[in-house]
Amino acid sequence: MKIVIIGAGPAGLYAGLLIKKAHPSYDISIIERNPAEVTYGWGVVFSDRTLASFQRADYKTYEQIRDHFVIWNDIDTRYRGETIRCGGHVIASISRKLLLNILQRRCAELGISLTFGREIFGLSELGAYDLLIAADGINSIVRKAYESIFKPSIELGKARYIWLGANKVLDAFTFIFRENEHGLFQVHAYPFSGTTSTFIVECDEATWLSAGLDQADEAQSLAFCQRLLARDLNGAQLLSNNSKWINFATLKTQHWHHQNIVLLGDAAHTAHFSIGSGTKLAMEDAIALAGALEEHSDLETALNEYELERKPVVETFQRAAQESQTYFETLKRYLGLEPMQFTFQLLTRSGRITYDDLRLRDIHFVEAVDRWFMYRASTSIETKGPYYDYQPMVVPPTVAQGNIAPPPAFAPVQLRDLIIPNRLVFAHATHKASAYYPLEDGMLSEDYANQLGSLALAGAGLVITDFVAVSAGGRITPDCPGMYDASHESAWHWMICFFHGNTFAKLALQLNHAGRRGSTRSRAEGLDRPLRDGNWPLLSASSLPYTPQSQVPEAMDRDDMEQVRDDFVRAAQMAGEAGIDMLQLCMGHGYLLASFLSPLTNKRTDEYGGDLQHRMRYPLEVFDAVRAVWPQGKPISVALSITDGVKGGFMIEDAIIVAKTLKERGCDIIQVLAGQTTMDGEPAYGRGFLTALSDRVRNEAGIPTMVAGYLTSSNEVNTILAAGRADLCLIDSPYLNDTAWITPTNIDLKHYLLSLIEAGQLERQVEEHGW
Amino acid sequence: MQVGVGLPTGVPGTHGQLVIEWAQRADEGPFSSLGVIDRLAYDSYEPLIALAVAAGVTRRVKLATTIVIGLLHNTAMLAKMSATLDTISNGRLVLGLAAGAREEDYIAAGVDYRARGKRLSEQLAALRSLWEDDRLRPAAARPHGPPILVGGLSDSGFARMARYTDGYVHGGGPPRAFARAADKVFAAWSDAGRPGRPQLWAQGYFALGDDEVIEKGRRYMRDYYAFTGPFAERIAAGLLTTPQAIAQFIRGYEDAGCDELVLFPTVSDLAQLDRLAGVLHGLGRRLS
Repeated sequence: MKIVIIGAGPAGLYAGLLIKKAHPSYDISIIERNPAEVTYGWGVVFSDRTLASFQRADYKTYEQIRDHFVIWNDIDTRYRGETIRCGGHVIASISRKLLLNILQRRCAELGISLTFGREIFGLSELGAYDLLIAADGINSIVRKAYESIFKPSIELGKARYIWLGANKVLDAFTFIFRENEHGLFQVHAYPFSGTTSTFIVECDEATWLSAGLDQADEAQSLAFCQRLLARDLNGAQLLSNNSKWINFATLKTQHWHHQNIVLLGDAAHTAHFSIGSGTKLAMEDAIALAGALEEHSDLETALNEYELERKPVVETFQRAAQESQTYFETLKRYLGLEPMQFTFQLLTRSGRITYDDLRLRDIHFVEAVDRWFMYRASTSIETKGPYYDYQPMVVPPTVAQGNIAPPPAFAPVQLRDLIIPNRLVFAHATHKASAYYPLEDGMLSEDYANQLGSLALAGAGLVITDFVAVSAGGRITPDCPGMYDASHESAWHWMICFFHGNTFAKLALQLNHAGRRGSTRSRAEGLDRPLRDGNWPLLSASSLPYTPQSQVPEAMDRDDMEQVRDDFVRAAQMAGEAGIDMLQLCMGHGYLLASFLSPLTNKRTDEYGGDLQHRMRYPLEVFDAVRAVWPQGKPISVALSITDGVKGGFMIEDAIIVAKTLKERGCDIIQVLAGQTTMDGEPAYGRGFLTALSDRVRNEAGIPTMVAGYLTSSNEVNTILAAGRADLCLIDSPYLNDTAWITPTNIDLKHYLLSLIEAGQLERQVEEHGW
Repeated sequence: MQVGVGLPTGVPGTHGQLVIEWAQRADEGPFSSLGVIDRLAYDSYEPLIALAVAAGVTRRVKLATTIVIGLLHNTAMLAKMSATLDTISNGRLVLGLAAGAREEDYIAAGVDYRARGKRLSEQLAALRSLWEDDRLRPAAARPHGPPILVGGLSDSGFARMARYTDGYVHGGGPPRAFARAADKVFAAWSDAGRPGRPQLWAQGYFALGDDEVIEKGRRYMRDYYAFTGPFAERIAAGLLTTPQAIAQFIRGYEDAGCDELVLFPTVSDLAQLDRLAGVLHGLGRRLS
């Protein structure tokens, strides 16, 4: 078998030697356009897992690579004059030049023909071969020759970076963040030999232009970086090796082989340098290809096998690299974070490393994060008045002394005068009429009251109710609870009495008008199915039905708008009278207020339609009117669909504007939702599917956020909180929603309340705790 | 978690009488359900008719389609057939639906292959209303009709599941893949604010016996999944061929939160059913 390999980088050399080792009779030649001694770049990094695969693949080269490693455990983050170290990350690096020397020598020893300094311009120059391996990098001429078959796509990153060296020995992978008059520069630096380190300097386009780096030649760029990093280099010299400012190009290729041609490493895929996996992926490709060729005598099967094995792995890394790249490109939004949180956010940026992972790697670091979080949380709390009598707000002595603190999930948070004792929010319970006493007219059902009570007893810091209608016409289903009748007020009054008398949980009432999603059957029977009979008329921003089967709503006129606004106000007043701790107004999931925000559902031509400023006008009017009657000391939350998930719909940039505006008008926190504006805009569901949206709203609009998204573990919650991606987390558990979970030993609210009344204790509790 | 068994209706060349005997024997236990799969352009029995036959010779087991390609049927007709089957079987039908992934089935039926997701949504939206339509009686045995499950792995598929149905039916693969799908199911369900818990169903393929039997099973898998190209070999490699593999598979699905796992034969021979029953007895699974 005659094999031609184009490109003598790590992928090409390694593939060549591994195949030759298994099949000494094969005729293998490697063609490289550069001379043997010319190489670009400085050090390359490998994880311990990659090293283990090198050990299995070829022990001889592994031994030499191992002997020249630099291994370190720590990652340093230098930001705002502080250096924060996190240990336990086993990473090894080696000079790229040395790695190539080792691989070249081994290729020569095995009898592979190596040709340097020969550039290939067309595949016809190659003569006959049984297999052509394209390891010729991102600009692969082989891939370009069959572009329509391989279907590559290249996307350029927004940031500019330059790959430099320095004759300085670092003792950790070091992230450096430096701001100057031009903007922010970030540096990824790591040692790779006993004398030298890699320094990759990166900045956004505006900063790069402002610093005049578009006009700078190699020497000037070097001098600029030398000045920028003077403090970090501490006298050491930066080194250039034909280094240029470039944009990172991410290459994805739909197919990796065609007939007897196969793509390897950078010729098939690239992943942003910030996760340090380019060379690793390329060499792992080589191992997989050699393995497939050894296992299958049929070339087509072998190449199929190679592609099937590697593509999913590479795609996983490309996703993580994409997350990481986006993080560095949009880093500016995190500059408000304190160094400890900034570092935690940085270390968990790609979503692959969590709070628990870091705890295993470096418990001292995570304990410091816990202490910092608890300290910040407790010292920012002010006690006001007798009503909010929960007292965890003194900094625990253990924290003050630098010892132990609970994880972030158990830190208190204050919104206005309300102190929420921990960050766990339960909101999963769905209101259902009891099977025995079907309820109408918005009355709180006994089952649901029991569920809410159980959630509070289960240790929640905050419980948010299901949608509570502000009027009978605003219900989603006939058994939807409401707040528009004196009987509702007293029912909720009892509820809050139970909360305050027996638990430390706070209760938020979620006020809603269903809009065009109203007058439907119980959600147990599916969503948005109109009632069989007894439908009531619907209102919405415009006269568009929610589903093809739905009733057509009437577009609201001025009278309707005033009426609904007054309904919200009345409900808020009643909630205030009932002693509810917090309100949440629903402006998401396609209900009435949301229907004004989205251009998909608001086609109005009056002053409440058109651009965003006009579309948000009515929801803001309602918010202002509610805020005006709701007690000053109590917080209001808004549930907002951050994106419609549909082209031409409401987008995250709009949501950030709405969130900022709401904040100015006295909104205290945003609950992040997505989709359901129309039938076709559903998010890509999965664990934590709302976290990234919450991160953006919190850090760009500067308002606290609450986030759900199927979070079920303390690990997910602690990771989100410590990184500053949200301030409260809604916990999901299939059990929380299951009435069977509520056993007689848990709570029978009605009997409990009756016994209190009989014993004359209800009044006493009222006196002590107020409503 | 309960464990059911598939009817051999998707294995080419299965004798009609075997389907009846298989159903009868499975009803004696320890299986909780009988499953059927759906292909049109393939040597296989029509699933709803096969289940109707099974309904006549069983008293106990659930009768589950995992799945029926709903769009190959007129929706009102599908509603009528499934209501009939549900009523005749005393409410034992579990109706799993999916869009299916083989264009040849659609071509054979003369049905458009494009925009299947959207049309499946329309079908799901219509089904329950059709069951309630007095003109189309008999009504299904249960007030809201039989439970509807939906299959598929697309993002919009999970939203569709949460919006219209009672649960999810997983297409196959290792427990890890099922666990990831289950996360998406729960996330979508919770986001939709549906009360209770979605039902989670899944399926696997087995062949128990000597090398010849196992190879026969693998051949069937390669043939049945030939449309997936290079993946067919992978899928065939996942065939459960030992009691240990079945035990681990069951354990893995149970740990990942599956409610009902249906194991499908790849060789149409009653000995397969007996061997699987033997394995389940060995695991302490009894008639439930």
